[in-house]
Amino acid sequence: MSTSTSQSDPFITKRDRELILATQAGLPLVSDPWAVLGRQLDMDADDVLARFQAMQEAGVIRRVAAVPDHYRLGYRYNGMTVWDVSDDRVADLGAAIGELPFVSHCYRRPRHLPYWSFNLFAMVHGTTREEVEDKATQIRAALGDACRQHTILYSSAILKKTGLRLRK
Amino acid sequence: MSATTESRRQSPIADLNPVEKVLINRLQHGLPLVRRPYAAVAEELNLSEQQVLDAVKKLLAEGVLTRFGPMFHAGELGGGLTLAAMRIPEADFERVAEQVNGFDEVAHNYRREHELNMWFVLATETQGAIESTLDAIENTTGYPVYNMPKEQEFHVHLHFPV
Repeated sequence: MSTSTSQSDPFITKRDRELILATQAGLPLVSDPWAVLGRQLDMDADDVLARFQAMQEAGVIRRVAAVPDHYRLGYRYNGMTVWDVSDDRVADLGAAIGELPFVSHCYRRPRHLPYWSFNLFAMVHGTTREEVEDKATQIRAALGDACRQHTILYSSAILKKTGLRLRK
Repeated sequence: MSATTESRRQSPIADLNPVEKVLINRLQHGLPLVRRPYAAVAEELNLSEQQVLDAVKKLLAEGVLTRFGPMFHAGELGGGLTLAAMRIPEADFERVAEQVNGFDEVAHNYRREHELNMWFVLATETQGAIESTLDAIENTTGYPVYNMPKEQEFHVHLHFPV
């Protein structure tokens, strides 16, 4: 695309950006969603599909998928488990915790001393509080003596959940 | 800090039929990127394309699914992404939640049971906009924001089997 007007997003073309804007609220629920998008953006349906395949391959799109409200599925307990792990061991241990099948997200993040001393975040979900606590116990065991302290932050309300949005 | 653990705003657990359950499990993994993706999923699951489309529409309308579509990776889009937390007194919580949610850049916002009781994800089109948006949130609400950007990502795969 030679008409690159945006210098801020070097990873995607202007066309990709238009496709993202057209689908950020959702993919059309019709037999051939690419054709609907093609008509909106004056593109061939096969080209639309090819751009989505390319964006998924490049990692711009993780996947095209359903996002449930986990509360409605019975996952009442959404526990953000947070761990204070020695800086020299957090990279290796973080990778190990991320491999645990029940951990959905796992990140290293900065401390904010003295208010916040936790540098490893692992999200776990359960239908009961006991289930989340049992999973946290397994994480605790995997971290061993590298972990100084931990806590679990349960969510008590979803205040907003729109997903990532580009501004139009 | 409030200890009202069970005073949560709860929506009822959805009453799902077997077709809906199988679709929710399958569609969290991602749609095949082919010309008729819903027909492809239908064939995998021994359903009709119309059953798939009707069920997804119904689940979206009922709020069991919050969204069906591409899940973008903000970092790969060249933009900024961060997790941030705030400590808000109970009496001010509703006002501040409304103000924070009013920012388009706030993608998710959760109330959590901790002294830091408001946790939100910020997604911006440029990396530089993270700082300015956090400043704007501090100025609007009058409370400090603790920025906790990821320093390393170990795993991301959210899946809720039903």
